[in-house]
Amino acid sequence: MRVLNCKGAIKEISSYLDGELDEGLRNALRAHLTNCHHCHAVFDTTRKTIDLYCDGRLFSLPEDVRTRLHEALRRKLQAGS
Amino acid sequence: MSNLPQTALARDESVLVSEAKAGNYASFEELVNRYEKKIYRLGMNITGNPEDAEDVLQEAFLKAFEHLRDFREDSRFYTWIVRIAVNQALMKLRKRRASREVSMDDSPDDNGDVVVREFADWQPNPEQLYARGELEEILQGAVKSLPPGFRTVFYLRDVEGLSTEETAELLKLSAGAVKARLFRARLRLREELSKVFKRG
Repeated sequence: MRVLNCKGAIKEISSYLDGELDEGLRNALRAHLTNCHHCHAVFDTTRKTIDLYCDGRLFSLPEDVRTRLHEALRRKLQAGS
Repeated sequence: MSNLPQTALARDESVLVSEAKAGNYASFEELVNRYEKKIYRLGMNITGNPEDAEDVLQEAFLKAFEHLRDFREDSRFYTWIVRIAVNQALMKLRKRRASREVSMDDSPDDNGDVVVREFADWQPNPEQLYARGELEEILQGAVKSLPPGFRTVFYLRDVEGLSTEETAELLKLSAGAVKARLFRARLRLREELSKVFKRG
């Protein structure tokens, strides 16, 4: 079975999270993560990082920006009609 | 999301597009209302700048309004407006890069390897440890610390949920380059957040 060191394992974490590793590499990474607490922490916190961002909580639209957008669109509409 | 609401949403959207194409402004406005928050977020994530994000938002919807008749409806309206907005945001970045030497990709330690310095586990449930505004500030600060080329890929892949191929096509990159940038972006963000969230 293929064996990964820490550098090799960390390089594959992102592809593993996307389900893009072939079976041999996937098994090698899983074996490494089971035995290496440091790399497991990197894997786990990378997954948590993605989770924190993927719920779309960031950068809410300010009301004044929204108002200016709709004003600009109405001006465009009036200019075209 | 189950197939049923998605199909219903898509059909609904195509009706709005047809009505808007026929000159019904209220229908166009409904499309704007539906996606303005996401397009603003896209602008903020890619440009990292509120003024640029507002320009991206306005320019994207004004362009969509102007060219609605050219929209062939072989994709969802949302995909089309995202494409327009990404192009507007990248133009903003290029202009800023030309005037202020902002690098799209690299920082001095970027020689292909990602340096991992933080190996600690995180405290459980950071969402519950910080007030909502405080957590947003931490996450925004981390994303802004990424080079623009990295945060653009991270946003499209992990926040917007585009595939590697869709992201590559939008950004005119190879699939390999998208994967490499995503890998670095994720690990750098993790590194930044670990400084705040680590145990002890």
